[in-house]
Amino acid sequence: MARKVLVFGEVKEGSLRNVSFEAIAAGKTIAEGGEVVGVLVGDAVAQLADHFFHYGADRVVVVEHEKLNHYTSDGYSQALLAVVNEEKPEGIVFGHTSLGKDLSPKLASKLDAGLISDAISVEAVGGNIVFTRPIYSGKAFEKKIVTSGIIFATIRPNNITPLVKDEAHTGEVTTIAVDIKDLRTIIKEVVRKTSEGVDLTEAKVVIAGGRGLKSADGFKPLQELADVLGGAVGASRGACDAGYCDYSLQIGQTGKVVTPDLYIAVGISGAIQHLAGMSNSKVIVAINKDPEANIFNIADYGIVGDLFEVLPILIEEMKSLKVKA
Amino acid sequence: MNIFVLLKRTFDTEEKISIANGVINEDGAEFIINPYDEYAVEEAIQIRDDHGGEVTVLTVGNEDAEKQLRTALAMGADKAVLINIEDDVEYSDQYTTAKIIAEYLKDKEVDLIIAGNVAIDNASGQVGPRVADLLDIPYITTITNLTIDGKNVSVVRDVEGDEEKIETTLPLLVTAQQGLNDPRYPSLPGIMKAKKKPLATLELDDLDLEEEDVEAKTKTIEIYLPQQKQAGKLLTGEIEEQVKELVSLLHTEAKVI
Repeated sequence: MARKVLVFGEVKEGSLRNVSFEAIAAGKTIAEGGEVVGVLVGDAVAQLADHFFHYGADRVVVVEHEKLNHYTSDGYSQALLAVVNEEKPEGIVFGHTSLGKDLSPKLASKLDAGLISDAISVEAVGGNIVFTRPIYSGKAFEKKIVTSGIIFATIRPNNITPLVKDEAHTGEVTTIAVDIKDLRTIIKEVVRKTSEGVDLTEAKVVIAGGRGLKSADGFKPLQELADVLGGAVGASRGACDAGYCDYSLQIGQTGKVVTPDLYIAVGISGAIQHLAGMSNSKVIVAINKDPEANIFNIADYGIVGDLFEVLPILIEEMKSLKVKA
Repeated sequence: MNIFVLLKRTFDTEEKISIANGVINEDGAEFIINPYDEYAVEEAIQIRDDHGGEVTVLTVGNEDAEKQLRTALAMGADKAVLINIEDDVEYSDQYTTAKIIAEYLKDKEVDLIIAGNVAIDNASGQVGPRVADLLDIPYITTITNLTIDGKNVSVVRDVEGDEEKIETTLPLLVTAQQGLNDPRYPSLPGIMKAKKKPLATLELDDLDLEEEDVEAKTKTIEIYLPQQKQAGKLLTGEIEEQVKELVSLLHTEAKVI
């Protein structure tokens, strides 16, 4: 059954986020041969349409308005509703990002629709679109279907493989004019606290530190290692509670959930709440001086030793590997 | 100030998960107030103490959730409401829960609704924004600070680690992010007092709702546990040799760098 599927393109610092390309791949599965339409919302975003096409969108719809220069649930839901009314899709896909989590339930409510949040895979099985999502912080998984109305889902970053980039692929861009009214929440200021560069939830490599780092200074080599590998730095709750780093870095049951290709846990004991945030990482490395630390139970590779001794060598070895490559 | 807190009873974060007859096995498990909802309860109590008014904690579930509601009352909430759907609703999802909560709240005088930003069991984070939409009030998710001055509200919102400073007005729904406050433990006098505080139990009938009105739009068709990870490789030798071997393994065996 061919379906028309809208894919929301999330713009961050002037580019489409990776998860939007992953969302196109999810959209293709849901569409079962139907049309996948990328949606761009903002104040000057039309030039990003090509990126959508390169990753497989069949068509792109653009909504531009000066009041859409920054995300608000009121503004963006008005824009999206206008697109839905015009396109009448049978499926919608968002990234399960801060914006996606905030906006998708409101849109689902407006459409009187169900919503499957935080899917890590999507398959077409005998006419049904089946989503898999982690529950109980990844301690279990559920397969879920939509039983009535639009098939609406958000997908977790880093889990669904985007289509191969094809720079020759293109399509039609249409614009929908929307009069954005009545924003009830006004953003006065955005304070940047995260470091420039790689987003923790989208990073392919995460270097995470725990209490074993002993101080804020102890975190510095982690950033150096992350920079060498093009990754991001995370932390356990213990390290955040101890004031070694900002809570924005916290990975775990409370905190962020990450599924990078490589997770290096440095001086993290591996409390069950921490594992909830990272246990689905593809490859896990543990560095800890306590051989009994729980983190070793889920690690693919482990080094028992003093992290202050290990880290400088690790950084140098990684550097020389990168130079060779 | 009339404050409502949306609360969910969840598994304790320490609990291991097992499956029996295709569903999560709850036998013998410890249950708690969803940790993010604890922030919501604490924030509501603090706002009431500063501005006056009343805090009502509200949950949709079954009679087992009375325990978590009593805990919230012991922390300092004034009233509790349990909407018991055990006998009426076979399949529920976030659509169901939000509809029921909104139906309960629609004729109440509501200044502020506080929920957790996500429940640690199903982790959809949908119910708060859905309720706000159904009540046609603004909402702000994942907040780390809230200041109220008359009808004006200033909020700090966590956006993947960055902060947005937002201004809006009551009535409002917010969802709590970690860092909003430090939830208190119930005191012994608080626990004694909680026993006498009102806890009302309602069913769909009391809200003039039929099961069809709240019928879920999604359905779980299978629940399974992750595959047990095979034991990893603990490296040996001098630290320098271990690190070299690790880098080599990550490059050639795991192929992640």
